[in-house]
Amino acid sequence: MAEFPYLKDQDVVEVQRGPEPGGVGGAYRAFGETLRGLKTTMARLIEGPLTIEYPEEKTPVYPRFRGRHKLHKFEDTGLEKCVGCSLCAAACPADCIRVVAAENVPGERVSAGERFAAIYEINLSRCIFCGYCEIACPFDAITMGHDYEMADYDRTNLIFTKEMLLAEPIERTPLRAEGE
Amino acid sequence: MLPLADTQFVEATWIMVVKSLVIFAVIFGILPLMTVLERKLIGRFQHRYGPNRVGPFGLLQPLADVGKLISKEAFRPANAIGTLFILGPLLPVLSGVLALAIIPWGDVQGGVGFYGIDVPIGILYFFAVGSIAFYGLLLGGWASGSKYSLLGAMRGAAQLISYEVAMGLALLGVIMMGGSLSLVDIVHAQGALWYVVPQFVGFLIFMLAGFAETNRTPFDMPEADAELVQGFMTEYGGMRFGSFLLVEYMEILVVSGVAAAMFLGGWMGPGPSFLDPIWMLAKMLGLVLVFIWVRATLPRLRYDQLMSLGWKVLLPLATLNVLVTAVLVVTT
Repeated sequence: MAEFPYLKDQDVVEVQRGPEPGGVGGAYRAFGETLRGLKTTMARLIEGPLTIEYPEEKTPVYPRFRGRHKLHKFEDTGLEKCVGCSLCAAACPADCIRVVAAENVPGERVSAGERFAAIYEINLSRCIFCGYCEIACPFDAITMGHDYEMADYDRTNLIFTKEMLLAEPIERTPLRAEGE
Repeated sequence: MLPLADTQFVEATWIMVVKSLVIFAVIFGILPLMTVLERKLIGRFQHRYGPNRVGPFGLLQPLADVGKLISKEAFRPANAIGTLFILGPLLPVLSGVLALAIIPWGDVQGGVGFYGIDVPIGILYFFAVGSIAFYGLLLGGWASGSKYSLLGAMRGAAQLISYEVAMGLALLGVIMMGGSLSLVDIVHAQGALWYVVPQFVGFLIFMLAGFAETNRTPFDMPEADAELVQGFMTEYGGMRFGSFLLVEYMEILVVSGVAAAMFLGGWMGPGPSFLDPIWMLAKMLGLVLVFIWVRATLPRLRYDQLMSLGWKVLLPLATLNVLVTAVLVVTT
């Protein structure tokens, strides 16, 4: 740890000043510092570029990265986990989730519970990716995915319907490896 | 009396024309590649790649740049002075092309001198022609009718008088040792030992003044993109702006060429004599790399810092160098 430039119980602080600029000494020091600077930049040249060339190469995301939402189904029965309780919509600070619930009819069950989401829309142009919907959900039906490439030319394309959210998203984003 | 270049050496007119065309074509082929080289190298110095999208390795980037600049409107501010405003970018181009003529690419081979012209006054011609470039800068900056341009031009003028004297004195040592003003004779005189060794101080001063001559960092006050929004170039757009940029690179090549001829043994190098122009070009490009390296390293000096560097450090140092060289030349 660096030593304090002053003593804590003394009022007078000794300010350390560099040597006076100008004169022969100043020119000599400027020359030396210039060479030091040249050495520094040359070292950067030898290290090589650190650029991640984005469209071809992507920054890996962390496992808890909050990207585009995903809706989930039970793997064994294929039923939707969402029961249309609208807790996510209530938790959403940006008010971008719209849920319209309907009763499950015996014989053509959609979800595991009594009711299911007939309409489930997320307006991604308003979403702030806070992840409160994921926390609010009692059935882990909605989670935040890793996809962050959602740019579009049209705002209406950014309203994701239930089918789009349920569909297995194309995994375009690499996940960061353990310890990376 | 200094021996002058061989004024009795005559060449056929068509040889002169062909020579000029070849030099012109080669230099104007190199200039765009230099812009890519600079941008790519600056990128590498900063942990980046630099341009690598247009063409293989980004080599076609200057084509895209020129295409963009040509398609721009040739805008002129309402209170600019028309003729001078147009003359501004033309004068530096003229001076750069004229200065290229004395760069020696090789010796006289088979009756053809491998240089544009071996002027008897040699290096004085370089100073005379090189200073014309600053008229373009001053006229362009003043005629733009903009305060930033005027400030840039004023800085250019102050910069000119601070380094030009030191630059001349730095070369005086070489001229005394070589015993000639002609660049070709000076290169011949370096057969045993390149002048960069005995005239190392002169070389450093010349390169420092060269940074100022070409308006490059750390002496790019006339441009000063951070504070003066490109200084004298502020009001220029399109290909007029492009020619200012072009001239900057041409001046770098000229200064590198003069430095290579005066200090680094010019065209001398191992191999058969037809490789001479290649050696000269290699030495020039080596110095160009130094220019780029320095640009990637040093911040811009303050205006008064350049003045005090020029008058208080470079000028006395150059004078001392000339005195010591004179004493040594006379005594040995």
